[in-house]
Parts: sequence; C-alpha cells; structure tokens
Amino acid sequence: MNNTQLELIAYKIRKHAVSAVHSAKSGHPGGSLSIADIMSVLYFDEMNIDPANPKNPDRDRFVLSKGHCAPALYGALAERGFIPREDINTLRRADSYLQGHPDMKNIPGVDMSTGSLGQGICAANGMALAAKLDDKDYRVYTILGDGECEEGQVWEAAMFAAHYKLDNLVAFLDFNGLQIDGDITKVMNPTPFDKKFEAFGWNVITIDAHDIDEIKSALNKAKDCKGMPTLILAKSVKGKGVSYMENNPAWHGAAPNDEQYETAANELDAKIAELEARA
Amino acid sequence: MADKKIATRESYGKALADLGKEYDIVVLDADLSKSTKTDTFKKEFPDRFINMGIAEQNMMSTAAGLASCGKVVFASSFAMFAAGRAFEQIRNSICYPKLNVKIGATHAGISVGEDGATHQCLEDIGIMRTIPNMVVINPADDVEARAAVKAAVLHDGPVYLRFGRLAVPVLYDEAEYEFEIGKGVLLEDGTDVSIVATGLMVEPALEAKKMLAAEGINARVINIHTIKPIDRDILVKAAKETGAIVTCEEHNVIGGLGSAVAEVLCEEAPVPMERVGVKDAFGKSGVPADLLKEYGLTAEDIAAAAKKAVSRK
Repeated sequence: MNNTQLELIAYKIRKHAVSAVHSAKSGHPGGSLSIADIMSVLYFDEMNIDPANPKNPDRDRFVLSKGHCAPALYGALAERGFIPREDINTLRRADSYLQGHPDMKNIPGVDMSTGSLGQGICAANGMALAAKLDDKDYRVYTILGDGECEEGQVWEAAMFAAHYKLDNLVAFLDFNGLQIDGDITKVMNPTPFDKKFEAFGWNVITIDAHDIDEIKSALNKAKDCKGMPTLILAKSVKGKGVSYMENNPAWHGAAPNDEQYETAANELDAKIAELEARA
Repeated sequence: MADKKIATRESYGKALADLGKEYDIVVLDADLSKSTKTDTFKKEFPDRFINMGIAEQNMMSTAAGLASCGKVVFASSFAMFAAGRAFEQIRNSICYPKLNVKIGATHAGISVGEDGATHQCLEDIGIMRTIPNMVVINPADDVEARAAVKAAVLHDGPVYLRFGRLAVPVLYDEAEYEFEIGKGVLLEDGTDVSIVATGLMVEPALEAKKMLAAEGINARVINIHTIKPIDRDILVKAAKETGAIVTCEEHNVIGGLGSAVAEVLCEEAPVPMERVGVKDAFGKSGVPADLLKEYGLTAEDIAAAAKKAVSRK
C-alpha cells in the first residue's frame, strides 16, 4: 500500500475515533489522534493478520499499552474488517461490546485487554517470549504513551525485554508531550526517552509519528536489529488532524460537543477527500 | 505417615517438576526460586523457567501475555508480593481476560516466622477472592498441595494457590485422596459443632476434635481447601446438622475463610459462629510455633472457640 493510501486510512481512523468519542460523550481523542498514522501502517502494511481468522496462533500481535486510546484501535479494526464500521459509534455504551478500554474477550482483533497503564508492554513481552519459546517467527507490536512511562512497571518491562533479547518486539512510544495534567516534563519528567531506553539495552529509532515513510523505515530497521528489542520514539502531535485539539491537553480525555464535532468532522472529511483524490 | 512433615511449598515445586513432563507449562519466578521451590522445576526444565528478577508487577502482566499465546503459566513469589504488590496486575492483566495463569504464592501466613510482619501475608485470601474469575485454593498438606497444582493446570482460567513455608504433617493418603476444586472434604463426622478449617489449620482442627471429645463434644471437621468457589452444600449441611460453626485460618479474620463461610451461612443457614484467625493484626518476628500460639491459632484456641459456639446455640 502506498503512503498516500496509508495516510488516507490514518485519517479515516481519526474520523472513527472522533466520531466514537463524540457519540459516547466521553473517551480519549487526543492520544487516539496522535497514534493514527502508526495504527494505519501497522494494520495495513506491517502486521501479518487476517480478519477472517483473528485468533490464528501464528499471527503478529498488537497490544495497545496506552489502552485509553481504544478509539484509534477500534477505528483500525473497523477499517481492516475485524469489526463492522457501523459499530464504532456504540463505543462505551452498556449494550455494546466496544468497551472504553480494549477487551480481548469480546472484541475481535484485540490481542490483550489493557487500560491500566504499564501493563500492556509487559503482556507484549510475554507474547514475544512465547514466540521465542515456541520457535515461531511472529512479531509483537505495542504502543506506549509518554506519560505512561512514569509507571515503574514500564521500566521493569524495559529491563526484561532487553535481558531476554526480545528482538521480535517493537514498542512505539507516542511522544506527544502531554498528559492529563499538562506538559509531561512539568508533571513528572520521564525524558530523555532515547537515552533511557538505550541505557536499558534497546535499539532506539526516533521518528516523526506522522510521517508514513519514517514509520515504515523504522519498522524495517527493527527487523534488521538482532538480539535486542526496538523502541520507536515517535514524536507526535496530540490531537493531530483536528485543529483545535492539537497540542491541547484539555482534549486528552474530553468529548467534543455537537458543534465542536461538526468542526472536527469537516476538517477530517476535507483531508480525507483530498487524500482520496490523490490516492 | 502422621509423623512425616512437608512444607506445601516443597509440594508445589515437586508437582511442577512432575507436571512439566506431561504439560507445556512455563514457570516464572521473581528471584525467589530457592524459597518458592520452583527451582525444582528449573532443574528439570531450564528452558521453560523464566527468572523475572525482583519485579512482581511485570511478572504478572508478562504471564498474561504468555498465557494469551496458549501457555499454562505459573507465576511464583511470596504471597505478600504476589497477591499484595501485584494485585492490580492480577486483576486487570490476568483475571479480567480470564487468562490461564496460576499464581503460586508461597510463604503465606504468620508461620513464615522470623522474617516478620512485612513478609507474613494475612490478607491474600481476602483480596484474591474478591476478583471475578479467580479460584482460590489453600491446601492443607503435601498430598493436597500436589493434587491442587495438577487441578490448577487442568482448570481453564486463573487460580491462586496458597502455600506455606513451614513443614506440616501429611494428613492424606495419596492413593485414596481425590481432590476436586470447589469441593470441601469431610474429615471427621460429628453432631455438636462443625470445625471448618483451611491450609495449615486443618491439622490443629483435627487435634481440637480430640480435645473436645474428651469433654463430651462431638465435633465435625471439614477441610475447605477451595475458598473460592466455596462448597456451599457442605457448609449448609454442617450448619443445619450441627447447629454451630467454627472457622480456622492462618489469615486475618476479615475477608478470608471465616468471612466466606459467614457469607454463605448468613444467606442459607444462620447458626452461632466463631472465627479463629489473626484478629486484624500484623504479625511479627518469631519462631512459627510461638507465633501460632501468640496469635491464637492452636488446637486449644480452636477447641475453646468450639465450646463458645456450642454455648451460643
């Protein structure tokens, strides 16, 4: 799939995410928008997955360690055909299977239930280790939040992945610089991420999280790196694609009202139309 | 046989090493394999033993990831650091998605002894049994402990296995004993009062029966190895037939076996009830036998509680 097509899917994922959060009147749009390009590349270019056989034991795995960005995951699953697109707007409803945070028991394509920060990357480690134990070549992908790295458990996992040489594991770190209470460096500075992960024994690649080419290239470099896990430090814009949400921590966990949603939808639709014309 | 003493943590390690031959189990430990006895498994199956280092939270969530790929995973540490420190990982990573992870928690209770309060977990039964999908088992002896480990392997879903540090008498004959998750065991019949015990307290419960017999009280003794799901039938029957209940556990009286039994009986067959256990206190350093005495966990304490329960009928 070419880069324009992948960018188009990223914007469709963004539209699903914003629409779902608006419909639910709650949820986490900011971080969902910042990971949309990564999700598009993973689900449409990188991962060996099959919507017709979501439990295939040899499939690649994905764990959304920053589980609150479920709207982006559900958007990717809908676009890829794991769940019907029309279900997206049932997010967070008591009669829906689309839980506020990913639920592996009831949502096709979700490989791990996450939401409590710091735990997803450890589960991804477990999956990568299982592949090693079984001599299988599937790969495991996870996305960490930057604020999430304030959880000590993340660093237990960082130690573990390097110690057991999990070169079949790729962790993206969505470095959008904002958490609920504001600038991550002011709340509780977890940076510098590159030096820390390097010191823990990881192969670190820094990219622009919204550059499809850089995402693809980093994933290829990760495959070439043997004997150590790869961290892709992805510098992103929280709220990417919706002008008034960009770089504003207020949109970490707030839903747009009807008027705001209309503005967001118009912006995203315009971008989708532009990309469709080019794709 | 009665003279033979084996700590249930020894049974755990031995069972893992035996079961490893037949089942594709993976064992994780957090730098305590010599104490939890998972090193017995490690010696047999070094490729399927993963040392996590001193990182219990990571251990539980990693176990979840392994289990999601089809492994039967045992995650081991002391009860304090398994159930206590990693509670939320057990809840969210393991129990919520109902993954096939077995928590092998050793060094439970006050009989840890000399290490003192920080290492004597008296709350684990309570906190583990409040989690949906979790099975909680506290075996009484070597035979039961090994049977419980096998049952945990065969059970689809999370299991919390509570083992002790202290060597305890072997109560069961392996050739005859049939272990079933959720099924209480009638050890001694009786008509005046029922003593319901779990884990290390089963043996003093049997002793208490003898003491009570000398005073003309005919006590029933029931072993509840599975605290969740609890055997409601055996408890209701005991309450109705004997009219008084005493629970015995090496655990805080809040939240553990006593609470679980009270929940059943309040709903189905309320009778006078006494709870033998640690009375909402922290432990301390000491020789296990001295601590069991000081904290009121002896056969004498059970017999006294039984008499009190009978007097309240």
